[in-house]
Amino acid sequence: MTINEKQDEIIAEFEFLDDWLDKYQQIIDKGMSSAGIDPKYKTPENLIEGCQSKVWVMAEYKEGKVYYQGESNTDIAGGIAAMLVEIFSGHTPQEIIDTDLYFIDRIGLKEHLSPTRSNGMLAMIKQMRLFAIAFKAENENK
Amino acid sequence: MIDINKIREDFPILSETVYGKPLVYFDNAATTQKPRQVVEKIVEGYYKRNANIHRGVHFLSQEATEAHEQARQEVRAFINAKSSNEIIFTRGTTEAINLVASSFGELLSDGDEVIVTQMEHHSNIVPWQLLQRRKDIKLKVIPFDENGVLKIQELDTLITPKTKLIACTHVSNALGTINPVKEIIEKAHAQGIPVLVDGAQSIPHFKVDVQELDADFLAFSAHKIYGPTGMGVLYGKEAWLDKLPPYQGGGEMIDKVTFEKTTFNVLPFKFEAGTPDFIGSTALAEALRYVNAIGIDTIAAHEQELVAYAVQQLSRFDNIRFIGQTKERSGLVSFLIGTIHPYDLGSVLDKLGIAVRTGHHCAQPVMDAFGIDGTVRASFGIYNTKEEIDILVAGVERAKKMFKQ
Ligand SMILES: Cc1ncc(COP(=O)(O)O)c(C=O)c1O
Repeated sequence: MTINEKQDEIIAEFEFLDDWLDKYQQIIDKGMSSAGIDPKYKTPENLIEGCQSKVWVMAEYKEGKVYYQGESNTDIAGGIAAMLVEIFSGHTPQEIIDTDLYFIDRIGLKEHLSPTRSNGMLAMIKQMRLFAIAFKAENENK
Repeated sequence: MIDINKIREDFPILSETVYGKPLVYFDNAATTQKPRQVVEKIVEGYYKRNANIHRGVHFLSQEATEAHEQARQEVRAFINAKSSNEIIFTRGTTEAINLVASSFGELLSDGDEVIVTQMEHHSNIVPWQLLQRRKDIKLKVIPFDENGVLKIQELDTLITPKTKLIACTHVSNALGTINPVKEIIEKAHAQGIPVLVDGAQSIPHFKVDVQELDADFLAFSAHKIYGPTGMGVLYGKEAWLDKLPPYQGGGEMIDKVTFEKTTFNVLPFKFEAGTPDFIGSTALAEALRYVNAIGIDTIAAHEQELVAYAVQQLSRFDNIRFIGQTKERSGLVSFLIGTIHPYDLGSVLDKLGIAVRTGHHCAQPVMDAFGIDGTVRASFGIYNTKEEIDILVAGVERAKKMFKQ
C-alpha cells in the first residue's frame, strides 16, 4: 500500500464515526493494538520534546526503507503515534518527506485535540520526518 | 436551604454548551466563574467611575478613590482584619507571596531558615527559591503522610533558632487537605516566628478570620472567589508591614521624591506602586458581597456535601485511587482510575462537556511524593450540584470502558 492508500484507509475508518468519543475510541484502540516500542528504545534520546504526554519514537533503516516504532504513556497520544507509525513505516525516506498528511485534517484531528496534544502530534510528525531526512542524507553520502 | 438554580442564573456561562453538551464546570480551584453582579460592577466602573485615583482633585477621581477604598474596607471586614491598612491589593496570591518573599526576605540574613510544606503550590515554593539566589537561606519542608495529611509533629524538630518564617498553604489545591494552620501558628508564635498563610483555596470555601487565626500574613486571589482576574490581596499585620521595606517602586507608594532621597507613603500605599486596579478592587468587593449574601457558612456546607457525595459516588469504581484522603477536606476531589492517564481521562470528560483539571496542579512535589504524573481533579463551587457529579460519575464510567479498565 502507498502512504496515501494507508491515509485513505484511516479516513474511511473514521468517516462513519460522527461522535468524537467514538473517534477517540478508534484512536485508543489503535494505540492498544499497536506493537509499541521495544523497551530498550524508551530512552531520553527518543523521547519527544513538546508533548505533555510522553511519546517515544525511533526508526530503523532497512533496504532503503524506514521502519518506525512509537509509544506513549497516554493512550490517546499512543493511538496517534500508532497511526503515524502505520502510515510511514515501510516507505522510502523520499516518500515520507514528500507526504502531505491530509488524513489529519480529513478526520478533524487537529481541531479536536487540545492545543498541547495537537502540538505534541506535530512534534511527533516532525521527529519522524527528521529520521527520514537523516536516513536520506546518510544514503546519499554513501 | 440554598436555591442553587437561582444562584446558577447569576452565572450566564453555566448555561453554555460545549461540544453540544451542557457545561459541567468542575475546575473551580483553578478559577471560578463570575456572577452577573461582578461583571456589571466592572462595566459600571468603566462607564461611570473611571478616573485615576488618590491624586485627582476632580469629581470622578474622588468617586473612584472612594469606591476603591470602600472595597478595601470590605475586604478587611471579610477576613476580619483589624485595619484596612493591613489590606494590600496585589495581582493575586502569587504576587502577594512574592511581595512577602521579596520584602520580608530583605530582613533575612545568610543562614536563616524558612519553612514551607510539601504540599505547597509552586507559587509558595519558587519565590523562596528566588530569594535563595540573593540570600543564603535554607528552605525546610514539613512532609505529609500517605493520606496527604501534614506530619505537623515534625515541626518541633524543623523549627530552630534560625527559623524566621513559616509559609504554609491553608488548603492544598492538589489534595484538598485543610491544614491545621491555627495550630501551626500557635507553635510558631511560641517561638516568635511569623506565619504566612496561602489562603488561595481556603478563602473561597469557608470562613477565614485572620485575627482568630492570628496569621501574620495571608494571601488570596479574587478570581478564585467569583471575583475578577488579576486582583488579589495580601493581608499583613500592621506591625509587620511597617517593618518591611517596599516591594516595587513607582507612583502611589511614595511620600516625597528627590534624586537624593525618597521617602515612602504610609500603609497600605507603601506596597502599592503604580496605578492600582481600582476597577478590579470594586469588583472583588462585589464578589465578596455576593458571597456574604449567600453566606460563607452556607457555601461551605453545600460544598462539603458535594465533596462527600463525589467521594461516595466515585468510590463505586473498584480501581479508583483517591489522591489525598483526609477528613479535613475542602472543595475538591483528586483521583486516578486504574492505569488511565489523567490526561486521557480529562480529554474524554472534556468531550462530554465536563471541565476538570488534569496534571500536577502546580504542585509537582505532591505528585512526586505519590509517585504519579498527575491526577484528575474535580473542584467545586457554590453553583455546582449533585446532578453534575452524577454526570461526572457517568463520564468516568464511560471512560473506564473506553480505556478497557
Ligand atoms: C494554593 C494555591 N496557591 C497559590 C495559587 C496561585 O494563585 P494565582 O495564580 O491566582 O496567583 C493557587 C492557584 O492555583 C493555589 O491553588
